[in-house]
Amino acid sequence: MSRFLLPAVVFLALSGVLYVGVVHSPNKSTMQSALLGKPVPAFSLPVLGNPGSTLSNTQLAGRPWVMNVWGTWCVACREEHEVLLAIGRQNALPLVGLNWKDEDDAAKEWLQQLGNPYSVVAVDRDGRTAIDFGVYGAPETFFIGADGFVHYRHVGPMTEDVWQREFLARLPKGGLQ
Amino acid sequence: MRARARAGAFAALGILLLAVSLPSVAFDIEAMPTPALQKRYNGLVHELRCMQCQNQSIADSPVGLAEDLRRDVREQLIAGKTDEQIRESMVARYGNIILFRPPFQAGTAWVWIAPFVFLLFGVFVGVRIVRKRTALVAGDDSDVDKDEPPR
Repeated sequence: MSRFLLPAVVFLALSGVLYVGVVHSPNKSTMQSALLGKPVPAFSLPVLGNPGSTLSNTQLAGRPWVMNVWGTWCVACREEHEVLLAIGRQNALPLVGLNWKDEDDAAKEWLQQLGNPYSVVAVDRDGRTAIDFGVYGAPETFFIGADGFVHYRHVGPMTEDVWQREFLARLPKGGLQ
Repeated sequence: MRARARAGAFAALGILLLAVSLPSVAFDIEAMPTPALQKRYNGLVHELRCMQCQNQSIADSPVGLAEDLRRDVREQLIAGKTDEQIRESMVARYGNIILFRPPFQAGTAWVWIAPFVFLLFGVFVGVRIVRKRTALVAGDDSDVDKDEPPR
């Protein structure tokens, strides 16, 4: 009997370890941002369709805002576009687009054809700002609090459910102001 | 016959190792300004994970993000940052997962310790089995070797 006891214990222990590993494996779409609870990275980028003007993080300071990383080369961005349009219409808080490693003309055409959900679109042509945000695949959407800290990052297409649960829920009660 | 089988096994192993160690494709057009910087650059890009294709280093990956991260490493090196500072800046943006060799911390200690625990356990089991077998042989009085001539 005892000769089976040790293997059985080892088997159960290993099963436990593997089960925990499988259940908690870092799913790509739930991987936590390293920026959570840290100040939003500094940036100063040209504004799409508005030559000469720039958008910087300091201009957005003092109120919550959302940044959506997208590109016309990104298939999943097309998938979430309808949701973004609905979010844009809600006008609950500024929705900043970060046009990541894209062409200005392609980006403008995209917004003309599909509609523009963004309050403003910053152009990250060479991808430096995206790296500072720890972006590893579009689309990604960040919630930045009035304190200027990153509170949440969603990887993958935005959905109505995620927007309600993880973004709107982070707004102070009673909305802005 | 056995020698030939062994030679075959060695050849197979050799081919396997060759396949594994195929030189990583160099995607970089720009060389670093000095050989010393180039050496540090080569070291760093091989220990940073490409976040889009997670089992490749940024040195081995052709995707745009890996290219951007290599540029970031290059620029930081030229700006005079130490390897440690560069690693820290990567971890600050992407988390520990970007390092193929995670640091020894409270959260990652088990990654480093577990192999030794398993090894100790294996040794323990091995020793137990050998001891048991030895005891069996010592207590064995059925003379199996009776027919064999004394050596």
